[in-house]
Amino acid sequence: MKVLMFGWEFPPHITGGLGTASYGLTKGLLKHGVEMIFVVPKAFGDEDQRAVRIVNASDIPVNYKQKNIQEFWNKLTYLEIGSNIRPYIDPEDFAEIHEDVKHSIKEKEHLILGEKYTFSGKYGKNLMEEVARYAMVGASIAAQYDFDIIHAHDWLTYMAGIAAKEVSGKPLVVHMHATEYDRAGEDRINTEVFGIEQKGMSTADKVITVSNLTRDIVIKHYGINPDKIQTVHNAIEPVDKANIVANRSVKEKVVTFLGRLTFQKGPEYFLEAAKLVIERDDNVRFVMAGNGDLFESLIKRVAELKIADKFHFTGFLKGADVDKMFLLSDVFVMPSVSEPFGLVPLEAMRSNVPVIISKQSGVAEVLTNAIKVDFWDVESMADSIYGLLHYNSLSQMFIKNGVEEVDNLKWEYAAKQVKTIYESVLSNK
Amino acid sequence: MQSVCLYFQVHQPYRLKKYRFFNLGNDHYYYDDYLNKSIMERVAAKSYIPMNNLLLDLIKKYGKKFKVSFSISGMALDQFQEYTPEVLKSFKALAQTGNVEFLAETYAHSLAGMKSKEEFIRQIQMHQKRIKELFGLNPQTFRNTELIYSDDIGETVADLGFKTILTEGAKHILGWKSPNFVYTNAINPRLKVLLRNFQLSDDIAFRFSNQEWSEWPLTTDKFSDWLNNLNPKEQVVNLFMDYETFGEHQWAETGIFEFMRNLPEKILNKPNLSFKTPSEVSKEYQPIAAIQVPNAISWADEERDLTAWLGNEIQDEAFDKLYTVETAMRNCKDPVLQKDWLKLQASDHFYYMCTKWFSDGDVHEYFTPYSSPYEAFINFMNILSDFYIRLDRAGLGRRKRVNKRLEILQEDVFNIVEKCTNVKLKQIIKELNTDELTVLFFESNQNIRDKIMKVIGKKNLKKIQDLRKNTDALSGREIDEYKESIRRKI
Repeated sequence: MKVLMFGWEFPPHITGGLGTASYGLTKGLLKHGVEMIFVVPKAFGDEDQRAVRIVNASDIPVNYKQKNIQEFWNKLTYLEIGSNIRPYIDPEDFAEIHEDVKHSIKEKEHLILGEKYTFSGKYGKNLMEEVARYAMVGASIAAQYDFDIIHAHDWLTYMAGIAAKEVSGKPLVVHMHATEYDRAGEDRINTEVFGIEQKGMSTADKVITVSNLTRDIVIKHYGINPDKIQTVHNAIEPVDKANIVANRSVKEKVVTFLGRLTFQKGPEYFLEAAKLVIERDDNVRFVMAGNGDLFESLIKRVAELKIADKFHFTGFLKGADVDKMFLLSDVFVMPSVSEPFGLVPLEAMRSNVPVIISKQSGVAEVLTNAIKVDFWDVESMADSIYGLLHYNSLSQMFIKNGVEEVDNLKWEYAAKQVKTIYESVLSNK
Repeated sequence: MQSVCLYFQVHQPYRLKKYRFFNLGNDHYYYDDYLNKSIMERVAAKSYIPMNNLLLDLIKKYGKKFKVSFSISGMALDQFQEYTPEVLKSFKALAQTGNVEFLAETYAHSLAGMKSKEEFIRQIQMHQKRIKELFGLNPQTFRNTELIYSDDIGETVADLGFKTILTEGAKHILGWKSPNFVYTNAINPRLKVLLRNFQLSDDIAFRFSNQEWSEWPLTTDKFSDWLNNLNPKEQVVNLFMDYETFGEHQWAETGIFEFMRNLPEKILNKPNLSFKTPSEVSKEYQPIAAIQVPNAISWADEERDLTAWLGNEIQDEAFDKLYTVETAMRNCKDPVLQKDWLKLQASDHFYYMCTKWFSDGDVHEYFTPYSSPYEAFINFMNILSDFYIRLDRAGLGRRKRVNKRLEILQEDVFNIVEKCTNVKLKQIIKELNTDELTVLFFESNQNIRDKIMKVIGKKNLKKIQDLRKNTDALSGREIDEYKESIRRKI
């Protein structure tokens, strides 16, 4: 079985859960004998290609004269490729917002349909343009390569998936790692993104969601037939315990938030809970690691609550700094308002940190060794933090059982489910 | 002649309200009154009242031929009084028929038997007193919380004068033996042990409405035939179950009440079968052997052990922490604190902290008011922390108790010094080393200091003042020790 997979990022060049999850899945699928061609907008050459063959979309010429590609382009033109949207804020790019070079639609069209196109592969200002070009690349690749099934990860790649399906006639599986409802919240939906998501799912032969929470959103808000949606929970890659040393420089207990400072991640609930704990407990510090559009308002709120001496911002952390942060933490909190899955708590647990997660997260569906609270229930969150800090046996129990629990969430098992989905789709053809 | 022994457990805990850590020290009321009241009213209406009436009817109809027995926890009795006095009234009516045996248990439906013999006995005696008060009966039979039993528990219970105890006919203690005989405690053979026939008990309590069960529907004919077809040598079938089985666990719609209404007639139609209370059973039959139970058993879950309440980290910590106040509570005269102490001991709080049900048993989930065992633990620990604070404020906390001892010590030393003559004081001072003298001087009141100033030489006084730093550096414990040594020298 050979799969043509469309992704947006691939390790080590990742900014969030999407790349990590796609990578984990490909490794799992390889164990079940599935062959994969993995297309990314921009390959850097240092990707781990043991599991998959990486195809760099930037290297693929698009032959506009080819008839079915022309047809697809005509269908695609409803995409407003000039729009300047930011579906995820790239933390690295957050500080520097570039001057937008305005192109006319005609110019863009010319660019997208040109022989050569260099993708940024990020989530920048030319995103829609890149999505459209990626679709054209999808069509070209579908015409060139041999495969049995198409698998597209998140809305950015759905147009490419649809194009490949139209060109090749092969079945399409789309994978919902997140929905526009998670990213933006109900009142700030980007209708174009929503439209692509909906189109992708309705065209697809099967939809994979990363949690039942996401499955419910897809049914409720996108009106997709429940029969063709199946949940496959994400898993986590095992790591060798690195020899990272972190010296505890503070005597107080440390409670950590780690994630983008955006509406979706609920940092303000963490902050309000922190306030309640600090009022009663002198022996605690709170750390907020991450960057995002709520950063300024959060700082203001910290000052307003007069807890700045106990509440610290670290900015965006990555790599070894994340591991170091976990080593220094006594409790990890993920208060997400809407989290399709949520990998970070699993990483925390793997580092022996007890976790509190919101009930509005997909990961809550698979974890037992975690405290689960409603994201808005700040009192309950504060109480759980206090409980973990003061009643030792609870955190000891989480630490003891948590590592084992996380070790059992293997991509191999998730990939098995995905393979079964492929098989069912193929047998229906 | 073989006997059928019906015994029902009646218990409702005081469920705790959501108690946040920021309530610590401010809010000393721990219970969810609304929840407790509504559960009590619901169960009373669906189960206790209709079943009590049914039993009264049966007793009226069959007279002395129909007998049942109950144990009602102190927690349930208190809540009847508070929320549903009509239930208490109807239990009193049952008591007056003379056909009903009331058993003793721990007042709080607690696990005290696993921790403290003293507290265990205290609660049993409290319960006995209450049963006497309410029903005018002296319980002769004991049944521990959730049928928890071990050889040691049996011995303690025997020492209290009980003749009979009930427990589970657990497979792992019986082996090839049958539960349908009277056994004795392994340490004290005077205590008879009645074992629950879990097969036949659970046919009613758990399987009655289970349509996937091969024997469904369970009819009175079928059930009475099973009883009648026992090995003729066997003595008694012990049908022990939660009283809430009737109408609450098995809804009225399942036909459970009709079943119970008709069962006695079918049983009494068999010439070999009769109803007996636990006390009658233990008087009637010769025990066949001692039963060895070195490790505690219960009637819970597949394991029939204590893991529903104790054993995981959070259960053990909560349980151990709870009993650190036991000694303090013995000196506590405050009735409100005493009531809370009992209510917090109810085994249910530990049951809610059980993590076993992640893998099995919807049974646990059905009974817990919490969404997770961790929430149950945090809530309980918050409340317990507040309870500590109250004990401290009442001068009964651990720290305060030490201080109190110090105060007594202080009084002793300084009283003596204050009362003694100047000559005597001079002698005392001669005996003391500089540290002791410093402590005596700086830890005492002005009167004593004046007195010392009069008898002490200027040189010595200077010495004390130089050593002032020393006293500041001394810990409370060291000061305590010096005072002790001063006292000894005096």
